[in-house]
Amino acid sequence: MTPSMRKWQFWLPHPLFSLFLALLWLLMINDFSMAHALLGLVLGVAIPLVTHAFWPEEARIRRPLPLLRYLLVLLVDILRSNLVVALRILRPARHLKPGFFTYPLALEDDFAITILASTISLTPGTVSIHYDAEANTLLVHALHLEDEAGAIAGIRERYEQPLEEIFR
Amino acid sequence: MIAIDMAWPLQLVIAAFLLVGAVVALIGSWGLAKLPDFYTRLHGPTKASTLGVGCTLIGSLLYFSLQQDGISVQEALVTIFLFATAPVSAHMMGKAALRRRLPGVTGTRNMPDR
Repeated sequence: MTPSMRKWQFWLPHPLFSLFLALLWLLMINDFSMAHALLGLVLGVAIPLVTHAFWPEEARIRRPLPLLRYLLVLLVDILRSNLVVALRILRPARHLKPGFFTYPLALEDDFAITILASTISLTPGTVSIHYDAEANTLLVHALHLEDEAGAIAGIRERYEQPLEEIFR
Repeated sequence: MIAIDMAWPLQLVIAAFLLVGAVVALIGSWGLAKLPDFYTRLHGPTKASTLGVGCTLIGSLLYFSLQQDGISVQEALVTIFLFATAPVSAHMMGKAALRRRLPGVTGTRNMPDR
């Protein structure tokens, strides 16, 4: 790597994130003007620079298209999960069979695991409770657990495999 | 009283979004009050509230986009932040509950003994 290249990376460690922050600033202000665009850019450069030391190793999104499909699946599942949970809440509590299960992770990247854990928490009847870094497993609590192996297979197929594809 | 100059089908759609949002949020709060133990209560706020607030925000987005010129995008931002933060807070609360060894309701399967 040439020295000039390294300098560029020092000032802009996460170029996409900087752009995202600048856009976010404009959207939050809800008003476009040169001054705000400049302020947004300054924030976009300053925030990653200051917080750079706290970032885990950078995850790379390899394929944007599966990501889009993943987000769509997630959106539909959030809608479904809301209905399922609402029905379970309204039915008498004695029908509930809550339980924990351990989900063995195949993913290894920290960022991808974070996304998977958030996804589990947002989708039908499951909340991720604890991440065991040594065994690389997630402890998941299910509001209604009938078929443990089925729940694990469902998460693997619906969320983890697409995520593997995105971050590979 | 503020006059609303908007076609009635639009008003109907916006009202429907607001009502659905309110009902879903109500069910979520009801779950928070009646579910039997801490771990099951975690499920109410993480899910029902995301859809409840989401619907309310869509209603708000439609209303303000049609009332003022230009679309209003702040509601979309609120939704994104909500979806990003709700699982994290649920995770932290669950972790704290495990650490404090809060008991689960009887009949909970595979209760971790840590």
